[in-house]
Amino acid sequence: MITRESVVHSDEDLKRIAGTIRRDIISMLAAAKSGHSAGPLGMAELLAVLYFHSMLHDPQNPDWDKRDVFYLSNGHTAPVLYAAMARAGYFPVDELQTLRQFGSRLQGHPERLALPGLESTSGPLGSGLSQAAGYAYVLQEIDQVNQRWVYTIMGDGEINEGNVWEAAMFAGKYALGNLIAFIDRNNIQIDGSTEDVMPLRDLRGKWESFDWHVLEIDGNNVRSIIDAIGLAKAVTAKPTMIIANTVPGKGVPFMEYNHRWHGMPPTSEQADIALLALEGATAP
Amino acid sequence: MTAFPLDPRALTNDVSSEPIRAGFGRGLLAAGELDERVVALCADLTDSTQMHLFKDRFPRRFVQVGVAEQNLVTVASGMARAGKIPFTSSYAAFSPGRNWEQFKTTAALNDQPVTIVGSHAGINVGPDGATHQMLEDIALMRVIPNTRVIAPADSIEAEKATRALASDPGPSYIRLARDATPVFTTADSPFEIGKAYVLRSGTDISIITTGTMTYQGLLAAEILADRGLSAEVVHVPTIKPLDEETILNSIRKTRYAATIEEAQIAGGLGSAVAELASLRCPIPIDRFGMKDRFGESGTPAKLLEVFRLTGPQLADDIEQCVRERTAAASLAAPTEVADALAH
Repeated sequence: MITRESVVHSDEDLKRIAGTIRRDIISMLAAAKSGHSAGPLGMAELLAVLYFHSMLHDPQNPDWDKRDVFYLSNGHTAPVLYAAMARAGYFPVDELQTLRQFGSRLQGHPERLALPGLESTSGPLGSGLSQAAGYAYVLQEIDQVNQRWVYTIMGDGEINEGNVWEAAMFAGKYALGNLIAFIDRNNIQIDGSTEDVMPLRDLRGKWESFDWHVLEIDGNNVRSIIDAIGLAKAVTAKPTMIIANTVPGKGVPFMEYNHRWHGMPPTSEQADIALLALEGATAP
Repeated sequence: MTAFPLDPRALTNDVSSEPIRAGFGRGLLAAGELDERVVALCADLTDSTQMHLFKDRFPRRFVQVGVAEQNLVTVASGMARAGKIPFTSSYAAFSPGRNWEQFKTTAALNDQPVTIVGSHAGINVGPDGATHQMLEDIALMRVIPNTRVIAPADSIEAEKATRALASDPGPSYIRLARDATPVFTTADSPFEIGKAYVLRSGTDISIITTGTMTYQGLLAAEILADRGLSAEVVHVPTIKPLDEETILNSIRKTRYAATIEEAQIAGGLGSAVAELASLRCPIPIDRFGMKDRFGESGTPAKLLEVFRLTGPQLADDIEQCVRERTAAASLAAPTEVADALAH
């Protein structure tokens, strides 16, 4: 039987899993010849912790009524989600190579009806936090179910969207303590630096003013992520926003910190170089 | 075919009137009593969209989201994923006016049973003016796959439609009106999602209507009868999925259709009928409604008159269209309509 304890992996395992997810991302994108590189690479630890430590879920029973719920709001980072789900056992790892191909269950942006285990269909930005809040509202205010948490990840560029701030007000008003949101704070979006395109400036202050519990962490450090989720669960009177500072393109030196890799896949030659770098980074 | 029951006072001065949205309010309350999964969300218009009945009876299942229509439907999508059947209400100008993509992606493509309740559709919104008169909603919602589009003709039908949507949940849009309009159907009148109804039989022309304009279409048919034109009135409360057979049965007989809707004729009911007819029964069609322009302030009655959407005006305009088309066609081949007009 799956329990909260049985899903927990050690920090060392989680680091290793994050490395595996990164290699999956590179090989998927190279095979697909289109897709987004930087964001997914930066989010590998977040997904590793959610799927291999913090979330109660059962890959054999995706609609299990005791599961924790995860909404990927920035749907363009689908490769990191698909890799985590495959490694967790939702579908065969080989299927990752079908990303973005005709007939694949791994659509360019996640589609719930295509792939069991997805909670929603996402891609158009700004709508994941609202859906997560709606789910959390039902659990907390209507069905009054305890011990289930609702997670979502947004990109930092994504929060340019007005829909996000509508959700911020909503979750703050209803004090959704079972809602744990992340902002993948990697400082890039398609057209450049987030602070050039549309400055986000004091993110902590913004969310605190909406009555959120706000944490800022190193989003590429599995222990920091685990501890932040623990703190989020401890604060039951407010929703929690975890600002996860991540390195875009993490692990692939020629992609790191470069906004040009936001929406671009590696060529097969670049993928070989990237995989070598990732092998080295995760070698014992 | 059994006759569609109409209120005996329907075409008299004694006909009662009530806003269509009032029927929605009662229908939602009834649906809430029947199924505890039904929840209601509103964007700061609880009384005017008639959700207060549900809110007062089921406060825990009512969610106030504030003036935030994008959040309205996306929170509803999350609630649907958590097992609920959400109805979301605002003015149609704002919902679906402001949250079309959110509905498309998180409800329709995502297949969650979210219903957008667009109150205050059409020019009968009146004095509030063009910004608040939603005329593009039928066109907007009809093009989204996996979405049902319903425009009840009166408050009784709105109540039935709301209950039907709750008992057969799926991504849906229901269009309501602000102003009191005639209540001419009865408790015994049939309503099924996806069905059109022949309210009056005729042989010369088909008047195909939806929403508030069905009543005006009936009035027009009555007037045309006095002028020797036998009009069949086909009421289409469900614009999508369209009841193709009922419409085809009528136009195959009459070979001419006039469509009437309180909405832009581009993309609306008239377009849906024209799309169907062009494939399966090519006939002349004249479309009545808002002809590529915005509304303006005025009383509902004044605006209906200005835009020629009253029964008598529609009778005149339909008759003229039929005469013009007949004159053009009769040079080549006399038709049954030409025969009727000749008498």
